[in-house]
Amino acid sequence: MEGFCLSVKDLACQRGDRLLFRGLSFELSGGEALQIAGPNGTGKSSLLRIVAGLLRPFAGTVERGGGIGLVNERLALDEHLPLGKALDFWGRIDSPAAATPNLDLDDLLDVPVQFLSTGQRKRAALTRLVRQAAPIWLLDEPLNGLDIDAARACEALVAEHCARGGIALIASHQPFALPSMRTLHLADFALPLPGGEGIEGWGSAAAPRVSAGVGAPPPNPPPQGGGL
Amino acid sequence: MSGLLVLLRRDLAQMFGGGRRGGAVLPVLFFVATAMLFPFAVGPDPVLLARAGGGIVWVAALLAAILPLDRLLAPDLEQGFFDQFAVRGIAEEAVVAVRLLAHWLSFGPPLMLAALPAAALLGLHADTLRTVEWGLLAGTPGLAAIGLIIAALTVSLRAGAALAGLLLIPLAVPLLIFGAGALSTGGQSGVALTAAISLLLCAITPFAGGAAIRAAREG
Repeated sequence: MEGFCLSVKDLACQRGDRLLFRGLSFELSGGEALQIAGPNGTGKSSLLRIVAGLLRPFAGTVERGGGIGLVNERLALDEHLPLGKALDFWGRIDSPAAATPNLDLDDLLDVPVQFLSTGQRKRAALTRLVRQAAPIWLLDEPLNGLDIDAARACEALVAEHCARGGIALIASHQPFALPSMRTLHLADFALPLPGGEGIEGWGSAAAPRVSAGVGAPPPNPPPQGGGL
Repeated sequence: MSGLLVLLRRDLAQMFGGGRRGGAVLPVLFFVATAMLFPFAVGPDPVLLARAGGGIVWVAALLAAILPLDRLLAPDLEQGFFDQFAVRGIAEEAVVAVRLLAHWLSFGPPLMLAALPAAALLGLHADTLRTVEWGLLAGTPGLAAIGLIIAALTVSLRAGAALAGLLLIPLAVPLLIFGAGALSTGGQSGVALTAAISLLLCAITPFAGGAAIRAAREG
């Protein structure tokens, strides 16, 4: 898996009346991983959806050099089917012969998806992702709900994916242990408000971290949004 | 192509298998029940029922088309199936086209079968029944297509189910006019016009539905 890349240029994202972030650029090539960090509501999930092509960016471009695999809060498995059959649906669409990762799901294959716990659902989603064999992984809060062992296993899966030349983009507010992973603080790309304060709700401590990548505030900044 | 067959298999299994889409049985039972109500309401006058019966079957079919609307697309969007289709490069248009075929298979032929007991309950003549069956064969693809377009347009609305029923009725009026109208003119021209409307609706459904789903995902 060589020669894959993911390039994001000058991205801005607007949800409702609020500009969540702007001027966001990064480039990832094969084997690289990037963690998107930031408090709730800074646009981590929206960024992932833009990169996945599910959401139109307010400005900027995304170039995807490879297929996308996405794990987010939506499981995309039929709730009334046993887990094994629900996973087989995606197996038939992706690649029937793909290897199954070791995430301790063997005992659960007969259990209908609707009876799975949060962590078990996350493991099922990761299984679907691995079997998809896509070079670019987009993970939205992959560690949510996972116990310590499963979290280590998830980190190992991503490490292995990157070792084979894949790309991983991980949106998480939790620490994600992965050697040589870069971190991007999304709050640094948030729009500074007229008073120089951070976005209402996460306090002034975050305000001074405005990076060099962000230009001067636009002449007519949007009104201070509540939402957080 | 094989991917589309996998999609069709899942759709059919959900519609016939009594999964979360409620199965194909519910609209059929509703259809027969509606046809059964009329003799109770207007009295057991065979002449009157035989004359109005064909139209009653059509109205029952139209009302039965409303039942499955809220389960056609909304669960898949909520559960992220359309997200996963999109990142795999499977177009919404293809998904909607497959869903239209599956929806018609679970709705049209069962309704045509159920028209037989309904016709018996209403005391329809054999030639009237024949015209009704041809009309249903020509009209149910159109009803399925209208239903799917409406399901796509209301997919992200909270009160989508109630609104969908209200929207379907006026849009289905042309089908009803020509389909049921074939009964009084006794013939083929009405059925042919119904089929023409159905074909047109089936042709635009994948594009209208695909665009509506993409718009709903942006919201």
